[in-house]
Amino acid sequence: MSKKEWPLWEIFIRGQHGLNHRHVGSLHAPDAEMALRNARDVYTRRKEGVSIWVVESRQITASSPSEKGPMFDPAESKVYRHPTFFDIPDEVGHM
Amino acid sequence: MPSLPDAATPDAAALAQEAAAHQAHDPHVADVGLQPAFFDWLCRMGDNALILGHRISEWCGHGPVLEEDIALANTALDLIGHTQMWLGLAAEVEGAGRSADDLAYLRDAMKLRNLKLVELPNGDMAVTLMREFLFDAFHFELLTALTTSSSPRVAEIAAKALKEVSYHVERSSDLVVRLGDGTEESHARMQAALDRLWPYTGEMFAADAVDEAIAEAGIAPALADLLARWQQTVDEVLTEATLSKPEQRFDAHKGGKQGRHTEHLGYILAEMQFLQRAYPGASW
Repeated sequence: MSKKEWPLWEIFIRGQHGLNHRHVGSLHAPDAEMALRNARDVYTRRKEGVSIWVVESRQITASSPSEKGPMFDPAESKVYRHPTFFDIPDEVGHM
Repeated sequence: MPSLPDAATPDAAALAQEAAAHQAHDPHVADVGLQPAFFDWLCRMGDNALILGHRISEWCGHGPVLEEDIALANTALDLIGHTQMWLGLAAEVEGAGRSADDLAYLRDAMKLRNLKLVELPNGDMAVTLMREFLFDAFHFELLTALTTSSSPRVAEIAAKALKEVSYHVERSSDLVVRLGDGTEESHARMQAALDRLWPYTGEMFAADAVDEAIAEAGIAPALADLLARWQQTVDEVLTEATLSKPEQRFDAHKGGKQGRHTEHLGYILAEMQFLQRAYPGASW
């Protein structure tokens, strides 16, 4: 008997009250349709979701952990990029 | 007594009690003339779910892949849930002080009313999935018809079970197609499974006096009325799966509904009932 590994899929589920699909985990399936079924059985047993997205893991381009420094460090000392950094003049009123 | 395992709804007993509080009046439940047939028929419904549920649960922890393992366990739990409802009502109709647990754990093989089809061993995944499909396709038609039963209690259980069985048949027919129309090996295994199971499928549609009395009372459809649609579903799926329907008779093996079982049922009961037999009243 031949043993072929199914590709890995990333599963995203939108919860009852959630607006966004959130990553919940991954699983194996031979194709997208089966990935949806498997996701239903593995991740929505307790009524966790109202919508499922599946995407083959290899389709995701990820940033490299070894390049973490140059990627993210520059944002470190720039608190002024947060809107709360700025004092809003009273005259502006409620925003 | 322990409750039948139902991990998804830990407070099933409380829910059932609450549901019972505002239950519609059902004239059939107290109908003395109908009682023996109604009890027997409810046991058939419950025992099919119980025994198939137990069979499928045997895969738990042994599935070929994690995803299939969980999917099978889900199906098994759904069926055990149906068992609780059908045997609960059976116990009520019997009115002899027995509970659903008593009926599940303390009846001997000859008192069980399940189809022979559901007690056959799992074999490989091909037999497991083919059996599920052949039963699901029937189960779906039966429950659909039961949602308009003259018994409100039966209609209510059917409506609940139908939601799950709709998914069961969708899943099992998809897998029958995938494996039938898959590799050379999966095709051969699926065809062998079909040939093995086929002579057991006719029992689903073979009505006896019990079925006739229940159909007469408007509780259930005449079984023969379900056959055409079942055949249509089966034909469509088998064609798509590139499998050939066996030429032999489909009703060679009957009798399960009347309590005449294969030798396999005794082994199931030995495992399933051991605890309650050895430690009566044990609970956890």
